Amino acid sequence: MDRIREAFAAGHKLLIPFVVAGDPDYARSLEIARAILDAGADMLEIGFPYSDPLADGPVIQAAAVRSLKQGTRLVDCLRLVQDIRARSSKPLVAFTYVNPLIQYGPERFFAELAAAGGDGVIVPDVPLEEAAEVAAAAEAHGIRFVPLVAPTSGEERIRAIVREARGFVYCVSSLGVTGERQDVSRQARALVDLVRRHTDLPACVGFGVSRPEHVREIAAFADGVIVGSAYVRRIGEAVDAGRDPVAAVRSFTEQLKQAALEAIRPR
Amino acid sequence: MSHYPYPDETGRYGAFGGRYVPETLMSALLQLEQDYLRLSRDEAFQAELKYYLEQYAGRPTPLYYAERLTKHLGGPKIYLKREDLNHTGAHKINNAIGQALLALRTGKRRVIAETGAGQHGVATATVAARFGLECTVFMGEEDMRRQALNVFRMRMLGAEVVAATSGTRTLKDATNEAIRHWVAHVDDTHYIIGSVVGPHPYPMIVRDFQRVIGDEAKAQILAQEGRLPTSVVACVGGGSNAMGIFYPFIEDEEVELVGCEAAGHGLHTPYHAATIARGRPGVLHGAKTMLLQDEYGQVQPAHSISAGLDYPGIGPEHAHLAETGRARYVPVTDEEALEAFFLLSKLEGIIPALESAHAIAYVMREARRYRADDIIVVCLSGRGDKDVEQVAAREGETAHGSHS
Repeated sequence: MDRIREAFAAGHKLLIPFVVAGDPDYARSLEIARAILDAGADMLEIGFPYSDPLADGPVIQAAAVRSLKQGTRLVDCLRLVQDIRARSSKPLVAFTYVNPLIQYGPERFFAELAAAGGDGVIVPDVPLEEAAEVAAAAEAHGIRFVPLVAPTSGEERIRAIVREARGFVYCVSSLGVTGERQDVSRQARALVDLVRRHTDLPACVGFGVSRPEHVREIAAFADGVIVGSAYVRRIGEAVDAGRDPVAAVRSFTEQLKQAALEAIRPR
Repeated sequence: MSHYPYPDETGRYGAFGGRYVPETLMSALLQLEQDYLRLSRDEAFQAELKYYLEQYAGRPTPLYYAERLTKHLGGPKIYLKREDLNHTGAHKINNAIGQALLALRTGKRRVIAETGAGQHGVATATVAARFGLECTVFMGEEDMRRQALNVFRMRMLGAEVVAATSGTRTLKDATNEAIRHWVAHVDDTHYIIGSVVGPHPYPMIVRDFQRVIGDEAKAQILAQEGRLPTSVVACVGGGSNAMGIFYPFIEDEEVELVGCEAAGHGLHTPYHAATIARGRPGVLHGAKTMLLQDEYGQVQPAHSISAGLDYPGIGPEHAHLAETGRARYVPVTDEEALEAFFLLSKLEGIIPALESAHAIAYVMREARRYRADDIIVVCLSGRGDKDVEQVAAREGETAHGSHS
């Protein structure tokens, strides 16, 4: 069963939200994940909180801190994947930094992620040159190793990166860490074009995507749109204001999904 | 010993090193490696570097025979490599000059740096002023409080100082912030890393710019004593002064290399920065190295009385030298370092940086292991003026009385 491939084969542009496991606590992060998937998201990226997330901007850093303060451990993140899987058949992708993965042991990590119902992994601090061990362990357990390409990568690196890619290719919209941006689509379109020249795998765009109009613009040329900080910020703000974060992410997902649907274009 | 071949072409020192960074930085790191390898063989570049090290930083620094300390300890002959006499008061300027010239040669008009105690930040701000580069320094909010004078100094030199407010608000987090900033500005900015840490090629570049310490010390001890030292001793946080003085001695197997890690309140407590003694292999700031972390790989806060050693990782080459046994790493506590801080001030009229005091403390503690005609070269990596206020506050106003 290849849930990632099936999701892209459905013929519409995928909305792929990102949330941090255990933010603001385990139970609510499970409810949030379920609400996002129920409200129309096509895939979910689950961030495993890390003490030193150097690809992340302040919003996701703060969420990782909130989660770690609750005592979230890597085993809890795997359990969250399993609990989400119990009620959803949509693809679930783990987003983790490499150090926790190494300490847990790549073999054990991917065996347990697969057993929990995970489908893919994104490791933002493992570029192509360091990927062999992690990618092989992922492959051995049927977990798709999704690589990142950046506007600075250049065609030669992109060709080499997508050759090793599985599942889809994560196109980083612009320079910088994760976080909301005003304008995301121009550089992203050129990057997606370059990726398509060298692979038939779907190309998704993330970093900076925060509004329905971004989703509409990007879904016009990419296969999927990844929205992270905008979700995580809404969750943090709702919690701080004593409001229900579940309601906040549900209505946001509906808006973004509507925007993605408006950009339907069969591949 | 056979030729020492590290780093290899993948940027590794045995099992350590590498490039664990976001893809956005990879092209810049590969380009930097190419540019650096070209310039390291470029005679004009090397001549320019030599000129600024001599005329601007004040090199060579003396290798000073610490006669009264030697007599006091009744032991081996102790020589101090006086990096404290460099412009800006520490060895950090060696690397800052080298990397500023590298930035100029590669067309970058902007530099950024991380800093712990402020020594590397001051060195970077200094060379940025000299070479007309725009400069931003990231410093942990907690360290900005501990080292307020250095913050003022950097601003006076024209640098922007940005507080790192994430995590433990110390050197580790300042480095995270610098890397994040670099990811966003990689097209026009050179990142001057301050120690032998970070992704390849940085540990190699910083080592090469710091090896002047060891090259000079080796020639000086041969001139003064006619033989190599028994031991070379240096403090280790990230480990740039240690790597700089060790490197030219690595193939001289008879020379013992000793790195002094900050043991803080002691290794039996969680308050230390003894990465080799208490860490496990992991990835921090783009390199695989020894790392203080919990069982799930979350990085643990380090502690040391000296902000410059307050770092949960260590340069990957040190991790390699420890694993192969070529260098030995020993813990030194806050208390031992303070004692050395006072002793060296009293006996030699040299106030050492608290970082460097860790190396002096090792010699005080272990002097009896050595024979009287043994020679120990200690890297006195920086001067202690920056620490006087902190030590005075800790000791109370009777500090001088209580240690006479």
